[in-house]
Amino acid sequence: MASKRQQLPSRVLVLGATSAIANGVMRPLAEQGARFYLVARSPEKLKAVASDLETRGASAIFTCVMDLDDTASHEAMLAEAAEKLDTIDLALLAHGVLGDQERAQTDYATAEAILRTNFLSAVSLITWLANYFEATHQGTLAVISSVAGDRGRKSNYVYGTSKGALNIFLDGVRNRIDRSGVHVLTIKPGFVSTPMTAHLPQTGLFAHPAAVGRWILKAIEKRKDVAYVPPIWAVIMLIIRSIPNSIFKKLNL
Amino acid sequence: MPRNSQPKFQSPKFESWGRYPKLEADLVPLSWTTDFPLTQPPATKILPVGAGRSYGDVCLLGHGTLLQARGLDRFQHFDPQTGILRCEAGVTLAEILDFAVPRGFFLPVTPGTKYVTVGGAIANDIHGKNHHIAGTFGCHVLRFELVRSDGARFECSPSENSDWFSATVGGMGLTGLIAWAEIRLRPIVSRRIQYKGTKFVGIDEFVAISKANTHSEYTVAWMDSVATGNNFARGIFMQGDHNPQPEPLTRSKEPWLTLPLDLPEFALNHLSIGLFNTLYYNKQFSKEKTALVDYEPFFYPLDSILHWNRMYGKSGLLQFQCVLPWEENQQFGIINMMKAITASGLASFLTVIKVFGDAPSPGMLSFPMPGITLALDFPIRAELSFDLVDRLARITQEHGGRMYPAKDARMTADRFQSFYPQWQEFARYVDPAFDSAFWQRVTARG
Repeated sequence: MASKRQQLPSRVLVLGATSAIANGVMRPLAEQGARFYLVARSPEKLKAVASDLETRGASAIFTCVMDLDDTASHEAMLAEAAEKLDTIDLALLAHGVLGDQERAQTDYATAEAILRTNFLSAVSLITWLANYFEATHQGTLAVISSVAGDRGRKSNYVYGTSKGALNIFLDGVRNRIDRSGVHVLTIKPGFVSTPMTAHLPQTGLFAHPAAVGRWILKAIEKRKDVAYVPPIWAVIMLIIRSIPNSIFKKLNL
Repeated sequence: MPRNSQPKFQSPKFESWGRYPKLEADLVPLSWTTDFPLTQPPATKILPVGAGRSYGDVCLLGHGTLLQARGLDRFQHFDPQTGILRCEAGVTLAEILDFAVPRGFFLPVTPGTKYVTVGGAIANDIHGKNHHIAGTFGCHVLRFELVRSDGARFECSPSENSDWFSATVGGMGLTGLIAWAEIRLRPIVSRRIQYKGTKFVGIDEFVAISKANTHSEYTVAWMDSVATGNNFARGIFMQGDHNPQPEPLTRSKEPWLTLPLDLPEFALNHLSIGLFNTLYYNKQFSKEKTALVDYEPFFYPLDSILHWNRMYGKSGLLQFQCVLPWEENQQFGIINMMKAITASGLASFLTVIKVFGDAPSPGMLSFPMPGITLALDFPIRAELSFDLVDRLARITQEHGGRMYPAKDARMTADRFQSFYPQWQEFARYVDPAFDSAFWQRVTARG
């Protein structure tokens, strides 16, 4: 088993670098002296994240302020990231929105915006990154999806759809480039205490972003294809997926 | 159950580490220092809360809005030459230790738990086992940024906006939100502590040993609150110094033990606490014992069990901590308190006694002053525990001492105002949008 483990990545591209889960992943890497290329929308927040990683020991940090919905500028940004980092060892996609489910049920523009941010912008980034990694025959493409993508529920099915579509897209990319030595990791977090879930009552199922970050790094080291974080969610989702539709459609989830 | 009955977002009840009282409030999490002041100010009063590890109601506000500042958890800068660390206020002391120990630095002052935030440590101007040498936490804070509810932001230090500095250190979170702070860490070369435990019987012997050992960086004593007769006020005086022999500096491991359930109320009673105290006292066989121990069990014996407060059952515990100034010849105040406890039939599970030094605290309302401090905790058994704590408060007042707001849920307004006559001056610095359950009680408006 030990031979299958890989070293922690040291040249790291993070898309959505102000995400709390992404920070849980980035901090231990910074402690080990990683180099970062960080992309986020807010310059103030990006600066706070960069100082944090620098203080923890990051050897170099490059930042780029960008709204990732703007797919037209992806290529130039990614090329710059590859150049600044020399080689990308890990690309972590962490941007995303929960969106307003109730509004999306009646307003297509709202639904489209959720799909654009969570799915279409990811397709654009992954397309470039998959080709880049395939050409360099190495690297990890880690994408934060969600357990919500495993089954549609009335409380968040538009968000769930964007993540479910992302999961299928990643299955295909993995199938295509696995033989070139590239690791494609689909991350499916359950409830995590982040700004995205701050409005929900925090039950015992909520995990801290630092703990979730450690589970993700473990999944990277072990070259897992799909990682439920924390792992208990693999069991929970197995149960949820196996409920027959005849019963599921009557449930209040 | 009717469908779509979703009272999902009703205000939950919040409790501090002592689990008493439990008060309803709204929660607004802060993740960035720029999140405050809030764009939509709440209709209620607000109070910042860190890790919620204080015991009583200084971090609670009934029918108010709690600003959860734990999300402000970023480091901003560290200078390995000077040991000066700047970080956001929601960073915990545990996170600082994980960061600093492998780099050869340690906290300048630490309480008995590492799970408190920097903001909370400043707001309560906490103290530790090295108070006789290092003073309070606030003595090592170089500067911080205070954000008021009207949007005003200013940097405070002992020389810049010094009145705000003095009001905010020990100001119980009432003067505004602490966004970030700069503190000076102390260098170490080893994780381990040279420990020495000395048994004593009686307050006089404790005072004599304390005075003879002020050269030790850390001193504190554990006392048996149940023993009577010849064993009255027996205990173990513990002292420690950072090991001067260089050793590899590693990070701490995650705690793996957690108390998953509330123990039933009868689990802690006079008998079980008496038994625990006797076992603890006799664990050390000889009068003196020395050892080289890791800093974790030395400073944080209870942190290795997450949620140890569940040991006290759902109704929680009452903490009581006071400091009494020195008295001629004998420490009657402490003796009277110990007698009041044994007479009450209640027992304190963990009784801690320490001599405070004379380093002045920078805070207007800081708790420590030269003398002896006694910390006790009692499982809440309705009126019995409340009566006992009221008696202890009266003894504190009679002996010219004062009580510690961070460990209080019962102090009367009269007592608070006599313990802290400077409270009226402090009140001028309270943010008009801020309030706390403690502050309402001790200023007797609510």
